[in-house]
Amino acid sequence: MSNMFKMPGMQKYPVVGLILVAVTLAALPFLVAMTGGQAWVRILNFAILYIFLALGLNIVVGMAGLLDLGYIAFYAVGAYVWALLASPHFGLHLPFWVILPIGAALACCFGVLLGSPTLKLRGDYLAIVTLGFGEIIRIFLNNLNAPFNLTNGAQGITRIDPLTIGDFSFSAQSSLFGIDFSGPMKYYYVLLLLAIFVIIVNVRLHDSRIGRAWQAIREDEVAAKAAGINTRNVKLLAFAMGASFGGIAGGMFSAMQGFVSPESFSLLESIMVLAMVVLGGMGHIPGVILGAVLLTALPEALRYGVEPLQHMAFGRQLIDPEALRMLVFGLALVLVMRFRPAGLWPSPERRRELAEKEA
Amino acid sequence: MLQVNGLRVAYGGIQAVKGITFHVEEGEMVALIGANGAGKTSTLKALARMLDSAGGSVRYRGKEINRLPAHDLVREGIALVPEGRGVFPRLTVAENLEMGAFIRNDKSEIVRDMAHVYDHFPRLKERETQLAGTLSGGEQQMLAIGRALMSRPKLLLLDEPSMGLAPIMVQKIFEVIRAVAAEGMTILLIEQNAKLALETSKRGYVMESGQITLTDESQALLHNPKVREAYLGE
Repeated sequence: MSNMFKMPGMQKYPVVGLILVAVTLAALPFLVAMTGGQAWVRILNFAILYIFLALGLNIVVGMAGLLDLGYIAFYAVGAYVWALLASPHFGLHLPFWVILPIGAALACCFGVLLGSPTLKLRGDYLAIVTLGFGEIIRIFLNNLNAPFNLTNGAQGITRIDPLTIGDFSFSAQSSLFGIDFSGPMKYYYVLLLLAIFVIIVNVRLHDSRIGRAWQAIREDEVAAKAAGINTRNVKLLAFAMGASFGGIAGGMFSAMQGFVSPESFSLLESIMVLAMVVLGGMGHIPGVILGAVLLTALPEALRYGVEPLQHMAFGRQLIDPEALRMLVFGLALVLVMRFRPAGLWPSPERRRELAEKEA
Repeated sequence: MLQVNGLRVAYGGIQAVKGITFHVEEGEMVALIGANGAGKTSTLKALARMLDSAGGSVRYRGKEINRLPAHDLVREGIALVPEGRGVFPRLTVAENLEMGAFIRNDKSEIVRDMAHVYDHFPRLKERETQLAGTLSGGEQQMLAIGRALMSRPKLLLLDEPSMGLAPIMVQKIFEVIRAVAAEGMTILLIEQNAKLALETSKRGYVMESGQITLTDESQALLHNPKVREAYLGE
């Protein structure tokens, strides 16, 4: 494994540190449920989903340097694959181990589909094309209810099957070893396992030959070609890998929510995931994870915190929490970019680069 | 080793290179000189397959390479040092050199070659862990040459290695180019600095608005009145 996760204390007592982290992660949903209720366990789950998305996008934007503003389309593809293959809409109820790989594979195909016409584009031009791609997917989902009802249009697809393994359903309450587990709590553990897998894959990729090739095309495409890197294939691979992580996240989203509609895959979502990557620290996996958790949790905290606060201060609600949420959110982004332009937790190289530039 | 026949390069309707023919023998250093806009860099870009040529043939060791993808040329043994350096700014000096050996997997040999590059450029050794983007222009040029050498090329294509550098740095870089040539490397050198290029190389070609107008031994070109007038400022 790479040394990017090493923290000062961890080097001395690696086993103790690891156990501590594991226990914390295992106990987290109970702590959260005690203090904030089941709603916060759901938010926690969404934070993990956003970690998937942010890590997937980090491959494309952070490692390979290809600005993708339509990333949420792959999330949508994964979500609709699950929704169509496990709901009364077509009467199909396939098991998860069939659906998730199909979702990932289809998202991967869409990644290549987006990647191939944009191979020669960079920067702003690429951003515009990917933005258009994201919107095309959303609009298709919105309108593919005629002539043949594929997506059920704007109403979306309801009564989607939850994740089940054998007879064990992850949505209902159940008790194991005398402990009561709620639906969201059970999903948390599944997501946590998936997250660990996704993080390991990402760390390995970052340090691999492919990872180095991505960094090379991000830095200088001509020099990358001159070094013998097949820039076309390497770029397509970045799109494909990034998209498949989005597809997996989409499938889990469908299963957790039990409902999908095109509304969930708007441009704002793409921008949100991009903000997580940039704010956390582009190209640096721990930073991206931090960005995803913060940007999921903070707006929710504002939503839950602002209303009682206003009542306390003014005796009534002056500003709609939803409006205030975006305002504070925007302000936070501006402040972070002003004072920590490399992100909240940038890679050591990035930090050094900025330090050297200022000096 | 390299035989170029009637190579043409066009941007839209404008012909930048109008069918040029030249060759480079194994082990020699050949200079292609000419003023700004004569088509030198277009020629080199077409050779390195960074640009699609509009016609003509490029044979390298008997093999037609004018349709090969750029990234395959390295495997054939051709390394390009692009104009304006072309280093990876956010990678360290050592990582840049490692990237130059991307197509190789003989670890111990790579380590040895890296040491050899550091012998040529002690300055790079001092800055091993520094980010390439923070090096001076001359150091970046050194790094670009070092990176090209890391692929163990048989033919080195150098595009304006003196561009934008201080005279003292230019001297240093050309010393290394001479040293690399002395080790038996075949080099095609593209330069605006005609005097320096001709003093360094064995043979030379003069390019003018997309055509080769003159060719001779470099020493002879240095004394050619036409060249002296047009390129050496006399």
